[in-house]
Amino acid sequence: MDATVTTPGSVGQKTWGGGNEPMSASYGKLMMWFFIVSDALTFSGFLAAYGFSRFKFIETWPLADEVFTHFPFLHGVTAPMYYVALMTFILIFSSVTMVLAVDAGHQMNKKKVTFYMFLTIIGGLIFVGSQAWEWKNFIKGEYGAVETKGGSLLQFVDNTGKRLSLAEVAQSLPKERETLTRNKGVWFMKESELPTYSVAEVQAGFAANPNILIRTEVIYHDTPANRADKTLQPGLQKAKHKKILTRAESEKMLANAHYVVEGANLVRNEYGSKLFADFFFFITGFHGFHVFSGVIINIIIFFNVLLGTYERRGSYEMVEKVGLYWHFVDLVWVFVFTVFYLV
Amino acid sequence: MAHEHVSNTKRIWFVFALLSVVTTVEVILGIIKPESLLHTNALGMNLLNWVFYILTIVKAYYIVWAFMHIEGEKASLRWSVVAPVIFLVLYLLFILLVEANYIFEIFRDSTIKLYHVKRYALAYLFYFCIHLSFA
Repeated sequence: MDATVTTPGSVGQKTWGGGNEPMSASYGKLMMWFFIVSDALTFSGFLAAYGFSRFKFIETWPLADEVFTHFPFLHGVTAPMYYVALMTFILIFSSVTMVLAVDAGHQMNKKKVTFYMFLTIIGGLIFVGSQAWEWKNFIKGEYGAVETKGGSLLQFVDNTGKRLSLAEVAQSLPKERETLTRNKGVWFMKESELPTYSVAEVQAGFAANPNILIRTEVIYHDTPANRADKTLQPGLQKAKHKKILTRAESEKMLANAHYVVEGANLVRNEYGSKLFADFFFFITGFHGFHVFSGVIINIIIFFNVLLGTYERRGSYEMVEKVGLYWHFVDLVWVFVFTVFYLV
Repeated sequence: MAHEHVSNTKRIWFVFALLSVVTTVEVILGIIKPESLLHTNALGMNLLNWVFYILTIVKAYYIVWAFMHIEGEKASLRWSVVAPVIFLVLYLLFILLVEANYIFEIFRDSTIKLYHVKRYALAYLFYFCIHLSFA
C-alpha cells in the first residue's frame, strides 16, 4: 500500500527510477486528474449532443419550468425550480464537507476527517435519492398528451390557457380492449401497458366540451407573422410560451391523433420533443451513476480512515484524491443544472 | 509537497457562501424570468441565458480552483488540466451548435424539399440516358 503515496524521501532517485513527481503531484493524484479530464470530456460530449438536438428543435423544445414542477409534500402546487435548487444545495454542501475532510486530513486530525467524510456520504445518498424521486415524477407525468400521426405532440388547455389533464378531457367509453399480459396471452405474448384513456375517449371528451383547446409544442414569439396567424387562439398567446390553437384548428389537429402519451419513457414523452426525455434520462442518469459510485468510493475511504490506514501511512492523500472525484461530480451537476433547468 | 499544509477553512466557507449566493440568484432569476432580460438578445442568445452561463462559469471556477484546490498546484499541472478541456469544449460547442442551427433552418425554410430531390434525380437520369444513347 505504501507504493500508492510517494513521499519526500523518494526525491533524489534517478528521473526514470520511479518516485519522481512530475509537476510536483504524486502519481495517484496526477492519474486522478487525468481521469477527471477524460471524464469531463465525456460529459462535454453528452452535453454538446444535447445542445445539438436542442438547437435543431429549438422551436419545439419543452420548457423546463413546465416539466419539473414537483416538491415533496406539496401536492398539486406548481413549484418549478425549488426542488432542483434544494438538490443543488445538498450537493454543494456535501462538496464543502468533503473539502473540510481533506483539510482535516492535512492536519492529521482523524476524528474530524471521519466526521466530515460521514457527512459527505450522507449528502451524496440524499442527492441520489432526490434524483430518483425526480425521475419518478418525470416518468409518471402529470397532464398527459396526445400524439398525432405526424409525430407532433398535442396538450390540452381550457379557454383561459390553464392546462388540462387527460382525466379532465377524456370521456369514458366502453373499453375496446385490455392490456395483454402474459397470463392472458398465448405463450410469451405480452405488450407494454395500454394508456389509461384511448384516443377515441379523448376525442369524444374533446368534442363534448367546447371549452377545450389544443396547445402545440411550438413556441410563440411576438412577431408580426405570429400575430396575424389565424390558427392561434387570440388572447391566450404569451411570448416564449407554447402556441395555443383556436377551437376549429384544435378539432382539425385532434382528428389526426393516434396515440395517447402519459408520462415519459425512451420512446415518447408528454412534455414534447422525444429527444428531451432521452437526454434527460441519459445525462442525469450518467451523472447519478457518478454520484452513486462516488458514494461507494467515499464509504470505502471512510472505513479506511476509521481503521487508521492513513494514520499509519502518515498521509491522508487518499482522501484528497477521492475528494477530487467528488468535487468533479459537483462540477458536472453545476452544468447539468444550468442546461436542463435554467436555460 | 507543492503546497503548505495550513488550514483553509476560512476560504472554504467563503467559497461555500459564494456558491450558495450564486445558486440562489440563478434560482430567483429562473423563477421570475425578468422580461427585460428574457426578451433582449445579444449574440444570438437572450440576456437571461447569458447571465445563467456566466454564473455557471463563475461557480465552475470556484469549484475547480478552491475545492479541487488547483490554485495550489504547479501552474504546469493547472494549465495542462484546464486548457485542453476549455479548448476542446469550445471547439465542440462551436461545430455542433452551428451545425444544429443550420439543420434547424433547413427544417424551417424547407429549402430542400423531397420533390425537388426527386425532380433533380429524374432529370439527371434522363440526361444520363440521352448521354448514353449518343455515346
